[in-house]
Amino acid sequence: MTKPTLVLLIASCAMALSACGEKAQTLGTKDDATAFSGVNNAFIEKGWQAGDKTSWERQLNARAQYGQNDHTRSP
Amino acid sequence: MARMKFICDAERCIECNGCVTACKNEHEVPWGVNRRRVVTLNDGVPGERSISVACMHCSDAPCMAVCPVNCFYKTDEGVVLHDKDTCIGCGYCSYACPFGAPQFPSQGTFGVRGKMDKCTFCAGGPEANGSQAEFEKYGRNRLAEGKLPACAEMCSTKALLAGDGDVVADIFRERVIKRNKGAEVWGWGTAYGSAKAGQKPQAEGVKK
Repeated sequence: MTKPTLVLLIASCAMALSACGEKAQTLGTKDDATAFSGVNNAFIEKGWQAGDKTSWERQLNARAQYGQNDHTRSP
Repeated sequence: MARMKFICDAERCIECNGCVTACKNEHEVPWGVNRRRVVTLNDGVPGERSISVACMHCSDAPCMAVCPVNCFYKTDEGVVLHDKDTCIGCGYCSYACPFGAPQFPSQGTFGVRGKMDKCTFCAGGPEANGSQAEFEKYGRNRLAEGKLPACAEMCSTKALLAGDGDVVADIFRERVIKRNKGAEVWGWGTAYGSAKAGQKPQAEGVKK
């Protein structure tokens, strides 16, 4: 068997076997990052430290009070 | 922090649909899919009330219970999310949900039903926070940006409140005390039964 024929044979075998591959069919979800870990884009709000849960909670609570509680803004 | 919750103040909602528009714009939700809707009760009758409804991120979510492929999960803040890579679009969650939250795009061939889409409390999904993949599948991840859901933040009358359940409850309670109205809607002051319990029954033939 000549070398080109052998290479061709191996390549065709590899291509044929690739069809035998199958995606994993495991149930469930992928792991999700926590919300307080922040995002790496320009839309992130300033005034809190990404990765610090306490800081993130303070940011959201302050935002809720300022943005949604109009009695604190104009009692 | 308690759990993330929505509450809609029926005394304030003016049915402007600003929340619906804000949601659709923020997440670029396709036609036919409404993650949030405004529902009007007794429409046209004096005293009609409107409330904005989306996924309520139930503590014991029925959609999670019925999903045959277990594509739902809950974050530490109590936000119910799902993995679209696992969802098979069977629609069981749609039947189980009492709020009509799960939505299905039908833009495929012959109107085939796609993967379920619903309100994420602006918390994205199981892709990397703020990534393009997350945006295309689930929309913006505002919580990870240090913001609250767009629908509540855009509400013109601040009828729709969103955030930490304890904070939201405090804001609502303060309102109710100041305006001296609204407690009856949620049944405060009533334990085990309706507000009419114990009252004399109406005479027969009296129109309600």
